[in-house]
Amino acid sequence: MSDTSHGTGGLTFDKTKGSWPSELNVLLALIIIIVIFEFLGQVLPYMKDQSFLFDTRDRFDSIFNEARLKIIILQVAIIGIIALGVSQVIITGGIDLSSGPLVAATAMIAMSFGQTELVNGFANPKALFGPWAMDLPVLVPIVIGLSFGALIGAINGTFVAYFKIPPFIATLGMFLICRGIALWWSSGNPISFPTAQFQAIGAGMMPVVWFLSLAVIFHLIMRYTVYGKHTYAIGSNEEAARMSGINVKRHKIMVYMIAAMLAAFAGIVLSAKASTAQAGMGEFYELFAIAMAVIGGISLSGGRGSIIGTVLGAMVLGVIRSGFTYIKLDGSYQLMAMGGIIIAAVILDQYRQRNKA
Amino acid sequence: MSEEFVLKTVDLTKHYGGVRALEGANFELRKGEHVAIMGDNGAGKSTFVRQITGVEQRTRGNVIFDGKEVSFAGPIEARESGIETVFQTLALADHLDVPDNLFLGREKTKWDWLGPFRLLDYKAMRQDTMAALEKTGVKIPNIHNTIEKMSGGQRQCVAIARTASFHSKLTIMDEPTAALGVQETEQVENIIRQLKAQGEPLILVSHNMRQVFDLADRIVVFRRGRICANLDIKSGDYTGEDVVSYITGAKSGAEYEGAA
Repeated sequence: MSDTSHGTGGLTFDKTKGSWPSELNVLLALIIIIVIFEFLGQVLPYMKDQSFLFDTRDRFDSIFNEARLKIIILQVAIIGIIALGVSQVIITGGIDLSSGPLVAATAMIAMSFGQTELVNGFANPKALFGPWAMDLPVLVPIVIGLSFGALIGAINGTFVAYFKIPPFIATLGMFLICRGIALWWSSGNPISFPTAQFQAIGAGMMPVVWFLSLAVIFHLIMRYTVYGKHTYAIGSNEEAARMSGINVKRHKIMVYMIAAMLAAFAGIVLSAKASTAQAGMGEFYELFAIAMAVIGGISLSGGRGSIIGTVLGAMVLGVIRSGFTYIKLDGSYQLMAMGGIIIAAVILDQYRQRNKA
Repeated sequence: MSEEFVLKTVDLTKHYGGVRALEGANFELRKGEHVAIMGDNGAGKSTFVRQITGVEQRTRGNVIFDGKEVSFAGPIEARESGIETVFQTLALADHLDVPDNLFLGREKTKWDWLGPFRLLDYKAMRQDTMAALEKTGVKIPNIHNTIEKMSGGQRQCVAIARTASFHSKLTIMDEPTAALGVQETEQVENIIRQLKAQGEPLILVSHNMRQVFDLADRIVVFRRGRICANLDIKSGDYTGEDVVSYITGAKSGAEYEGAA
């Protein structure tokens, strides 16, 4: 309160500080990472005449290397769908660890209602149920899968909101339960050979279409609806939200339900893409989804961040994964680099908060 | 029970174990009246407020609010019945801006058929925020700054503007200017005058003698958990020194004389 030159508030504002959204930092980081890989591609001796994202080939009239760009987005799309939901949970000040196993459980359950009866004229060798569950309209597995997600989310939310169990513990329990359900559902056997309609959900670039359209929808919801505002308010100051008459418990359950339904949908898309469902699917997905959110500027202490940030966070992870493949360093280095970047993102977040306080 | 009273407490008592924080408080507040509550630290002022607003549950006694006997389970119930309280610890969401906080939990919306996903009417809320701030004389350079970037005084002003911009049946402020600078205090006092002009009753807990004489119709002094004086300061019969002697206990024996 040193500068009292402006008005009667006792504090003037540094306009430049307020107008720099944290998403720009993520975008900047993304660009820097791309430039680094581009640079490495030029200087590394074994990388002659190649370009990472920019197209230097004479035969084509394009600026970007579309093929690589497509692969990058396709690789992060399914986990990205989960990240959209996890972001909302983290914004309320919670966490959701159950999404990876939920992907597997939903994939198993949905696929068992999405199978086709005849494979090349023979009976489906992986059929779980009898003929009654074969060749059902594609809406059936989708509705069943999303309902299962909603149920799991409602249980997560109820434990967090009503029984005051820390979200970390409640969803860790659900992590194990869902993995168990995935294994139990078909006694560990894979479920395969879906109908053409079901396959179409995850065919080609469809995961990207789902991811980006859901991102737009949830961006609008978080920004322009009462649901979004209350989600931020609860994460910002739960007591104030309660005192303002927001039904905090009901709202939290809704947030966990939406997050779980997004994870369930990711499971449906993943199984459709792979044309099979297996109990081990979605391993580490929950952690990568959380990483996308955190890298994207969603604060683990709640109340801060945006869906745009999460999408950028997903792109950062995708670019790193693709970049390491591009410079021919294997997966172990990728994991180490991602780990480092996640920690850096959290340090940056804490630094931002300290500066604002 | 006369309809003339907004709030009446009969024999309101709160014991914390053996500690008698509040003992047999009989208090009345008339429509449109601004009453200041004064007293030394630990005299029972805040305890008194907490029993009325349901933050704590009383040991004994009755609270009659708006013609009905009430017993609030919590501050939300009290708020829903029309008692707005500005607590010493502010109930603001730090990451949201001024309009968001003013309208938190009672947002203006469009397309209500969308249920929880109904759209926020940002424009209407911004206009109403500007109007509310103008009416209360609060100056905030940029209402789209988040609360976390504001000074303590600005936060307090937002909290109070929030209270004042929703017509409530009773407003309670617990030391609203304790942490504020001169200009900020003035803003808060302007808001209180505004409430008075609108005929909205207020209970003001304050240590500031000048402020109380400026703003209140009546002073109720608490001492050692009991109401020890009820002074109609608008009559001009009392000076600050009188009040101080009641607070310190130098003067005593003046019984609380009902609402007279």
